[in-house]
Amino acid sequence: MSFVASVVHWFADPAHWHGTDGIPHRMFEHVELSALAVVCAVLLAVPAGVYLGHVKRGGVLAVSVVNIGRAIPSFAIVAVALPIAIRLGLGFGFWPTWLAVFALALPPMFTQTYTAIRNVDVEAVSAARGMGLTGPEILREVELPLGAPLITAGIRIAAVQVVATAPLGALVGWGGLGRYIIDGLSQFDTAKVFAGALLVAVLAVTTELAFDGLERIVLPKGVRRLSRAEIATGMAKAG
Amino acid sequence: MLPFTVIRLDHVSKTFPGSSAPAVGDLSFEIAEGEVACLVGPSGCGKTTTLRMINRLIEPTSGTITVAGRDITSVPAHELRRGIGYVIQQVGLFAHRTVADNIATVPKLLGWDKARAHRRTEELLDLVGLDQSLKDRYPSELSGGQQQRVGVARALAADPPVLLMDEPFGAVDPIVRLRLQDELKALQARLRKTIVFVTHDIDEAVRLGDRVVVLNVGGVLEQIASPADLLGAPSNEFVARFVGSERGIRRLSLINVKDIELDEPLGDGQPTISPDATLLDALQTLLRSGKHAANVDGSGSLSLERIAREVK
Repeated sequence: MSFVASVVHWFADPAHWHGTDGIPHRMFEHVELSALAVVCAVLLAVPAGVYLGHVKRGGVLAVSVVNIGRAIPSFAIVAVALPIAIRLGLGFGFWPTWLAVFALALPPMFTQTYTAIRNVDVEAVSAARGMGLTGPEILREVELPLGAPLITAGIRIAAVQVVATAPLGALVGWGGLGRYIIDGLSQFDTAKVFAGALLVAVLAVTTELAFDGLERIVLPKGVRRLSRAEIATGMAKAG
Repeated sequence: MLPFTVIRLDHVSKTFPGSSAPAVGDLSFEIAEGEVACLVGPSGCGKTTTLRMINRLIEPTSGTITVAGRDITSVPAHELRRGIGYVIQQVGLFAHRTVADNIATVPKLLGWDKARAHRRTEELLDLVGLDQSLKDRYPSELSGGQQQRVGVARALAADPPVLLMDEPFGAVDPIVRLRLQDELKALQARLRKTIVFVTHDIDEAVRLGDRVVVLNVGGVLEQIASPADLLGAPSNEFVARFVGSERGIRRLSLINVKDIELDEPLGDGQPTISPDATLLDALQTLLRSGKHAANVDGSGSLSLERIAREVK
C-alpha cells in the first residue's frame, strides 16, 4: 500500500471518527484549549498594549517582551510548568500546555497592539486634540479605530501560532490533535503521524481564514483598505 | 488695547523642558475681532508654538492669554478648543471616517442632533467649494487640495468665532495653494472670523493678512503692521531682509488706485485706469502703453513718478 493510500485509509476508518480518540473529539479539545489561551492572552495583552501605546510609554517593555517571547521555547515552558501543575493538583496535560501557548500568544498581541496605538497617525491625533477631544475620546474615536487593523492582525498571528504549537501538549499527556502525532511516532504508524500533522495544518489555515473574515466584518470601512500596507509597516516597526 | 480685541497675549513666554533658550520670549500683542493676523518668521521663531499656546496644545511658561476677554486657563482645555477652529498643514483627517463624519466631529462632541449636523455638513461643503457627492468618500480617496478643504470645513463646523491655522497650505502645490488662498479670502469676506494664520512664506502673509506679525528666532516680536505698512516701512534691518528686496514692487499690488491722492486729470489720448485697479496693474498699463501718465476714470490722473513714490 502506498503512503498516500495508507493516509486516505486512515481517514476512511470509521473507528477514527468516534470516541475520545476520534477526530471530532481531538479537534474539539484542540480548539477548546487554543481558544481559552487566545482569549486569556487578548484580555491581558490588548488592554496593556492599548494603555501603554496611548500614554506613549513602555517602548522598551514592548521590545523586551518580544525578545523574551522569542527566546523561551514553548517546550521549556511545558517542561517547567508540568511539575508545578502536578504539585498544585491541576493534573498534567491541560494547564502546562495552556500556559505554554498562552505565553506564546502574549508577545505578538502585545507588541502589535502597542505599535498600533503608539504609531497612529500623529497628525490625526494632533488634530483631534486641537478640536477638543479629551484623552479617552481620542482613544475611542481615533486611536482604536485607526489601530484596529494592526491589533486584529496581532491576534490573528498569535491564534495561528497557538493552534500550531498546541500539539506539544501531547508530550505531557494532554489530548488534542498532537495525540495522533505523538502516538503515531511511538507506534511507528507514519500514516497516523501524517494525518495528525495534516489536521493541525488544516486547523491553522482555517483559523487564519476565520480571523480574516472576522476582520472584514469588524474593521471600520475607511481603514480596511489600508490595512495590508499598515500591517506590513507595523510588522517592520515591531520587528 | 484694540477696540474689539479677541485674542490678547500678555508677556507670554515658553521655554521647553531641557532647553536653555526660550522658544518664545516675553511676547505681547493683540488681535482684533474679524481680523486675519499672519504670524510669519524664519524657522525657530516660535510662530507655531505661539499659535498652539492659544488653544493650549502648549502651556506657556509665563504670561497670560485671553480669548474673548476670558483667561484661557479658566476653562478646561478641551472645552476651550471646541470653541476654536484648528487647521494644520497635514490636515489630520480621520482615515476611518467619511468626509461628512470628519466634518461633523465637533458638532458630535457638542451633542448636536443628527439632522442639524447633517444640514451643517452640506452647508460647509458648499462653503468650501466641495461637491456634495464627496460626502461619503474616505479621506484617502481625495486629492491634497480637497483634503485641505475638508480640514477647513471641519474646523468651521461648529461656527467658532476664532480660527487657528498652522501653515494650512504648506503641503499643496503652488497652483492649488494660490487657489486655496483666494478661497480663504472669499470665505473670510463672508464669515469675518478672527483668524491667526501661521506661515513661513512672507508672500502668503502679505496676501492674506490684515496685519502681519513678524517674529524673529526665540519668539521676538520685530514688527506688527498692515501688509502695506510692513512693505513700505520695515521697522528694522531684519524685517527689511525678511520681506525681501522686491518689497516695493510687491507693495504696489496691495494698494488700490482710488486709495491714493491723484494728480489733476490729463487731456485725451492717455490710457485710462479703473480706480479699483491696484498700483501694480496701473504700472503695467503705463509700461505697456509707453505713456508717462494715465487718466483714472473720472477722478484724476496717475503718473509714473506718483507710483514710484509709493514704492518707497
